[in-house]
Amino acid sequence: MYQAIVFLPLLGALVAGLFGTALFKNFGHDRDVYGDHTAHAHVHGDHDHSHDDHRGHYHGPMWPMYLTTGLLFVACLLSWISFLGFLNEPHLIKIPVLKFISSGALQADWALRIDTLTAVMLVVVTTVSSLVHMYSLGYMAHDEYQPRFFAYLSLFTFAMLMLVTSDNLVQMFFGWEGVGLASYLLIGFWYTRPSANAAAIKAFIVNRVGDFGFALGIFGCFYIFQSVELDAIFGGAAAQVGKTTPFLSWAPDTITILCLLLFMGAMGKSAQFLLHTWLPDAMEGPTPVSALIHAATMVTAGVFLVARMSPLFELSDVARDVVIIIGAVTAFFAATVGLVQNDIKRVIAYSTCSQLGYMFVAMGVGAYGVGMFHLFTHAFFKALLFLGAGSVIHAMSGEQDMRKMGGLAPHIRMTWALMLIGTLALTGFPLTAGYFSKDAIIESAFASHAGPHMFAFALLVIAAFCTSFYSWRLAFMTFNGSPRADQHTMEHVHESGQVMLVPLYVLALGALIAGYVFAPYFIGHAEKEFWGESIFRGAENHIVHEMHDVPAWVKYSPFVAMALGFLVAVMFYLRGTTVPAVKWGVIAAAAFATSYVGIATSFDPLSVLATVAVFVPVIFVVFANRDGGLPAKLAAMHWPIYQFLLNKWYFDELYDFALVNPAKSLGRFLWKKGDGAVIDGFGPDGVSARIGDLTAQTVKLQTGYVYHYAFAMLIGVAALVSWFSFGGGH
Amino acid sequence: MSQMSWPLLSLVTFLPLVGVLFILFAKGEDEAADRYARYAALWTTIGTFLLSLLIPLNFNSAEPGFQLVEAHDWMGGLAHYRMGIDGISMPLLLLTTFLMPICILASWYVTKRVREYMIAFLVLETLMIGVFCALDLVLFYVFFEAGLIPMFLIIGIWGGQRRVYASFKFFLYTLLGSVLMLLAIIAMYWHAETTDIATLVANPTAFPADMQKWLWLAFFASFAVKMPMWPVHTWLPDAHVEAPTAGSVILAAILLKMGGYGFLRFSLPMFPDASLYFQNFIYVLSVIAIVYTSLVALMQEDIKKLIAYSSVAHMGFVTMGIFSMTRQGIDGAMFQMVSHGLVSGALFLSVGVIYDRMHTREIAAYGGLVHRMPIYAAVFMLFTMANVGLPGTSGFVGEFMTLLGTFQQNSWVAFFATTGVILSAGYALWLYARVIFGKLEKPELGWMPDMTRREFAVMAPLVLLTVFFGVYPAPILDTVGASVENLMKSLQFAAQHLPDIAPAIAMK
Repeated sequence: MYQAIVFLPLLGALVAGLFGTALFKNFGHDRDVYGDHTAHAHVHGDHDHSHDDHRGHYHGPMWPMYLTTGLLFVACLLSWISFLGFLNEPHLIKIPVLKFISSGALQADWALRIDTLTAVMLVVVTTVSSLVHMYSLGYMAHDEYQPRFFAYLSLFTFAMLMLVTSDNLVQMFFGWEGVGLASYLLIGFWYTRPSANAAAIKAFIVNRVGDFGFALGIFGCFYIFQSVELDAIFGGAAAQVGKTTPFLSWAPDTITILCLLLFMGAMGKSAQFLLHTWLPDAMEGPTPVSALIHAATMVTAGVFLVARMSPLFELSDVARDVVIIIGAVTAFFAATVGLVQNDIKRVIAYSTCSQLGYMFVAMGVGAYGVGMFHLFTHAFFKALLFLGAGSVIHAMSGEQDMRKMGGLAPHIRMTWALMLIGTLALTGFPLTAGYFSKDAIIESAFASHAGPHMFAFALLVIAAFCTSFYSWRLAFMTFNGSPRADQHTMEHVHESGQVMLVPLYVLALGALIAGYVFAPYFIGHAEKEFWGESIFRGAENHIVHEMHDVPAWVKYSPFVAMALGFLVAVMFYLRGTTVPAVKWGVIAAAAFATSYVGIATSFDPLSVLATVAVFVPVIFVVFANRDGGLPAKLAAMHWPIYQFLLNKWYFDELYDFALVNPAKSLGRFLWKKGDGAVIDGFGPDGVSARIGDLTAQTVKLQTGYVYHYAFAMLIGVAALVSWFSFGGGH
Repeated sequence: MSQMSWPLLSLVTFLPLVGVLFILFAKGEDEAADRYARYAALWTTIGTFLLSLLIPLNFNSAEPGFQLVEAHDWMGGLAHYRMGIDGISMPLLLLTTFLMPICILASWYVTKRVREYMIAFLVLETLMIGVFCALDLVLFYVFFEAGLIPMFLIIGIWGGQRRVYASFKFFLYTLLGSVLMLLAIIAMYWHAETTDIATLVANPTAFPADMQKWLWLAFFASFAVKMPMWPVHTWLPDAHVEAPTAGSVILAAILLKMGGYGFLRFSLPMFPDASLYFQNFIYVLSVIAIVYTSLVALMQEDIKKLIAYSSVAHMGFVTMGIFSMTRQGIDGAMFQMVSHGLVSGALFLSVGVIYDRMHTREIAAYGGLVHRMPIYAAVFMLFTMANVGLPGTSGFVGEFMTLLGTFQQNSWVAFFATTGVILSAGYALWLYARVIFGKLEKPELGWMPDMTRREFAVMAPLVLLTVFFGVYPAPILDTVGASVENLMKSLQFAAQHLPDIAPAIAMK
């Protein structure tokens, strides 16, 4: 069964990619190549640019699309069957597949390892992937190259499944780079766009920077444990506690350095702070790709890696502190950048980046199950948001700039409703999926005993506020207010077909109930039985228990942050358009929030007062400021901050200045000066010039070399023979 | 050592010369004679390849020593004709016989002096196979040096515009190396009184430590130029740029491997003490090669030059792996050599495909080829990814194992060498994007037909093997294993018996 889950997508990718595309339809002919070119120049000249328009029409067969989609649904069904089995009883299955690398102690075979952690990932990957396949049937219906698109999607799914089922680090690295390849191919799917090509290369290279660390981590694991098998590493980990290992000219704690190197890989794949720059650019890819790869699955591979390697991470406080800090900073940083972006997909991309930061904080504080739970729920609502955004873009004839949207709600009601569900879930509205998982992370950060736990807690709460603000900002700018698009575009706005909406219904259902249904297993009373041996927790790790006992104000803080973000967004983007509704909405929200806090704290006066105090200025602003334009005013007032955020903290510029450009100049310098002036100058060219001076025109060089050379060799052989003759009596 | 009743290795080695005879005795100067020469060369190389497939069938990969050994007196007993192979030479031998028909087929439309061209390639094949089979120092030297002459002619006669400069450079570098190696061989005979490679390999303490250093350096001079290692690499980009496509393929795929083979056959087993002494020296050169040439590759404007520089970087992984003296490092280096033979050969063939159409190698002259050449785009993508070392292609296994092996010995070296993994992605993907992706805007590219069936037939075996070995590297690793294990044993033995070896060799 597991072989089928993993290899069916590969089968689909190969068959669709090789035989479903027009790849082998037009072999050239030798006579064209080696004949008279000018005769053919005008024969072919008239359809020079015929293939350039990727928004053309597709005339080929439909079976490649149906095949890949069908196989994915089979894999998805099997994954859920296995997952239900794990809900009842966790176990560990290992299925050998094929021999791989075998060299001395280095033994790494292709194999499938299934435990609870893997089962969760199988469900996430195959569910989102099959829904995205289905959605793409509609979204890509006009694309000339759709078989290739579906082949790439299935190839990605296969690589991701190999990653999550790996039994050793080498196979994991295979999946790791395999998803990177698929991501590269899909970001650059519309390869006529220079920006898409640049984004694809950037994604691959930044990921390679992370993989650099990951690879060193694998080498280090082999150095320490003499194996790359997970079980051998986990088994040997305890013996390494407190030991140091030589690395570079330095003797760091063994477990810490291994964890940090592996975590570097996780940072690249999951677009964490410093290695995040590729993710927003990756939005160049078609939107279904963003939903599948850059929201729900591939970018969570880093989180999965930390969970998978929990037997190592549990043994190093330092490494986990680093994970907490990076995660918290990412959550905060990406959320702040998300506040001011205008491209609908980029906002969601920064949101993804930020949510991944949350997951890493959970990993860092040792609440692996909580982080995995957020990974699970996030997959639903973030895929929903992306596909919803895709539906909006589809309706807007390809427009992605929210400044040119507005007032779409009446035209695409279903998309609007679904996007609202996704927004509620993302912002953590009570009882939606995000409410269970995100709030649990914030609580676990507070409950943790790790050094930077309060730092993380504070950043996560602020990030929750930002999340709520930018999510509602997105919703309001897109769906509410008066239309800012031109007449022509607005006339064409249409609701997507059922083939695109049905996947959204399913995801919306998940975004609504996945938290409620699965919380008991992932983070609740049954969590120990559910995770079983797949997650390792040290003897002192009671975080999942402790996080339920945090003070009341901690529990409400994410809710308050969410409500505040919502209100500020209303104030900024909704006010002035539907004034009365907003006014009453704000009042209602304030009343709701106050009573919610009141009931939850048994009417603790301080909490209630604090809530009211938070709302008073909001209400005041909403009712007092009539002329609108608040965002613009604010941006003008604080333009340095606005520019700083708008330009994503200037990371791209910094990296270009500090890394990319120096590498290029250095390359040119080494080529022209190093190879050219120094090595050739003093080497062959210099020598030849001197010889040339000496021999002048006496030797006709062109034919000379071969005979010279043969002559020199003959002298050599002669010398050798004579040496033997004389030395023979030795 | 096992003997065979009939001289299989000699048959494989000299079979191509039979093809030469056929071409020589053919009459006429016309089109038909050229056609005859092409087919004669093709069938000869295919025959040689098929015959060479008998070698693995008669080869026991559990046996570490030399197999299929042949020995005859030569030069009146002064030297010996000794042939034989082990796990280190066999993969390279098969790589040679496998690539030759591909090279002939890729040269199908050479029109200048076709007969001589085919003869040069067939002679070259004999000499290359001879290098990997020779079990006598003198015989090895003859094959090793003589092989340069046909290569020389191939660049000098069928090369591009600056072929004179390129062959001249080639000449200066290799002359230096070969003279020193010759002196070393003489000295070795003088000291050990034998030129039998098997005997010398089996006795790691044959030479005193001080002498080893000088011998090692002399061999190093020759092998380092061949690899090529930094800073004696500058002949390679010029030679590649000027050589005809098939010449580039042979140069990159086989001739470069002779350097690595030399290190494994001579330097490590015969001069283990010196090899350890110079280990850090090699490390430094390897790391410089990887980082330096990758950066240089990034800025190239000529496709062939870019691939040539990337070859230097990849060979840096090989030298690093060999001198890590770990099991994984050496296994990985062997694998990397075979893989690089397939991948770089295929990359040069890919360049040949578009060069035959446009007669330029300049990156800027292309762009948007995917629109007219989807098969080409797919094939070139696969080999670009293999060049980048993507897991699942053969490029990954060797690179990964050499780095893993080196990390066990020296984390600094592995650290810097691993940055090559990032840089290679940079230059390779950037090249691909500039040549293949984008809009097809240049009107002169508008007529370009996709790969022809002949061109695809040339590529298909390379495609299949690159993926096959990437997923299932066991055939190569298993073949290499016993011999490398044996080499490790003799290195350890030397470490115990030669007092001034500082670090113990780890057997992992």
